[in-house]
Amino acid sequence: MSIDEFLSSPTRSSQRSGPHDRIVLSSRVRLARNLRQLPFPGFAKKHQRIAALQTIRPAVESLPVMADAFSATMDSLTNLNKQILVERHLISREHAAKTTGSGFVLNKEESLCVMINEEDHLRMQSLQPGLQIREAWQAVDQMDSALEKKLDYAYSPELGYLTACPTNLGTGIRVSAMLHLPALVLSEQINQIVQAVNKLGLAVRGLYGEGTEALGNVFQVSNQMTLGEAETDIVERLNKVLAQLIEHEENARATLLEKKTKTVFNHIGRAYGILANAHSISSKESMNLLSLMRLGFDLGLFLGVDRFLVDELFITTQPAHLQKKYSEKLTAEERDFLRADMMRERLSGVNRPNTEKFDTSGSQLDKPTE
Amino acid sequence: MLCDICKQNFATVHLTQIVCQETKKIDLCEACSKEKGVDDPTGFSIADLLLGLGATQEIDQSAGGKSLVCPHCGFKQSDFKKAGRLGCSECYQLFNEGLEALLKTMHKGTRHVGKVPQFYRQTQDLGEELQRLQKKLEKAISDEKFEVAAMLRDEVRNLRAQLKLTVA
Repeated sequence: MSIDEFLSSPTRSSQRSGPHDRIVLSSRVRLARNLRQLPFPGFAKKHQRIAALQTIRPAVESLPVMADAFSATMDSLTNLNKQILVERHLISREHAAKTTGSGFVLNKEESLCVMINEEDHLRMQSLQPGLQIREAWQAVDQMDSALEKKLDYAYSPELGYLTACPTNLGTGIRVSAMLHLPALVLSEQINQIVQAVNKLGLAVRGLYGEGTEALGNVFQVSNQMTLGEAETDIVERLNKVLAQLIEHEENARATLLEKKTKTVFNHIGRAYGILANAHSISSKESMNLLSLMRLGFDLGLFLGVDRFLVDELFITTQPAHLQKKYSEKLTAEERDFLRADMMRERLSGVNRPNTEKFDTSGSQLDKPTE
Repeated sequence: MLCDICKQNFATVHLTQIVCQETKKIDLCEACSKEKGVDDPTGFSIADLLLGLGATQEIDQSAGGKSLVCPHCGFKQSDFKKAGRLGCSECYQLFNEGLEALLKTMHKGTRHVGKVPQFYRQTQDLGEELQRLQKKLEKAISDEKFEVAAMLRDEVRNLRAQLKLTVA
């Protein structure tokens, strides 16, 4: 089965829901593991990488959770399909660049996936919609315990699981959540928040990492340290911080709605106006405007339509997903036309934001921030 | 200002990251920033970069001027400077001393806490049990309870045999 047939459609994929998914788009826990006998992928010779792949891939495929899984070597996937996997956050950009000697296994539910010979021999991750990092940890922990019976892991009692890069040493764990924080950005509190989170030893990155002004107001929060702290402690620490972030974002939304009603409605209305009427739009602009529309959905301005529509457009307007719909190779300019066409069509059934239930008459001017 | 990595070109990329109230700064030239993937920030962390720089010096020092080569995979300390990654799991033993200080700045501790593979858990448990029995045995001997001591001695012997089996 090809990856096209295997992956759930963007429509179905965006309908997965989980706790707090107004703000937490997804949760992920990743573990890094290596085989004792072979050099790490970055330093291994080609035949050694192939040997690692041939040892690990059957072991992963034989796990009961991987029944009906999709499994492939990276050299068998086209660049476009690899890019699709990146846009679905199933593999890293680094892994997409890999060819011979690397592999990828994904379970039927798309909740567990394993990258073979990325930076480490094994990078296994569990993905869950919404805020479910505990559940994600349990799932990946189970998979790891099943795999350790089949594979000879590099482990030392002092340093824990040994990884190619010392930054992952010990537990080899990276716990992260993807957050949609438009109100914290609009109210200009985001830099403060990012700094505070950094001080707690957690990293904040953008959706694809571009500085702190993240694309589509999506931020990734994750742990940095992996040695000297148990997995469950890391998970709980992140859980606490995420609960705080959710609260801050909800507060910021309430405050904006109360004190900056005009500003917020202006942003959302303009986003809708452009997305529903543009004839050319870049992927970056789409994401930023879709983020504002998502906020509009959360605030109840788009009645009768499902928020999943926005989440779906978040996926389908990305370059590789767009390219996939058309057989001929598209230039960036052509993609912008087609993206706008698709957006107009999909939003044709969505009425303009309904702000009637809020009092927005001219006399009700936005109050200055204290 | 010269680039921290190649020390030849003029640094045009300046990065600052604050982790746990510690400010880390790094200045790079265009070419090195590209090579280190600073323009592709997905997987990029300044810690990785600082790691490559600081760790090399540490490792150089701990080697006392000699160039260390991993007997298992042939990884040289100069490779670490280039990649910021180690060659294989054995490298950790070789570069252990040099890494210690670095791990301290990067992580919460320098000793692993958390999940232990079942195989090690078993030997760990047996080891602890052995220690416990040996203490009991010593006490039995000093109390002159020789019958008890004889029993304990047999248990210790059994456990040692088991431990040997698991380790081998």
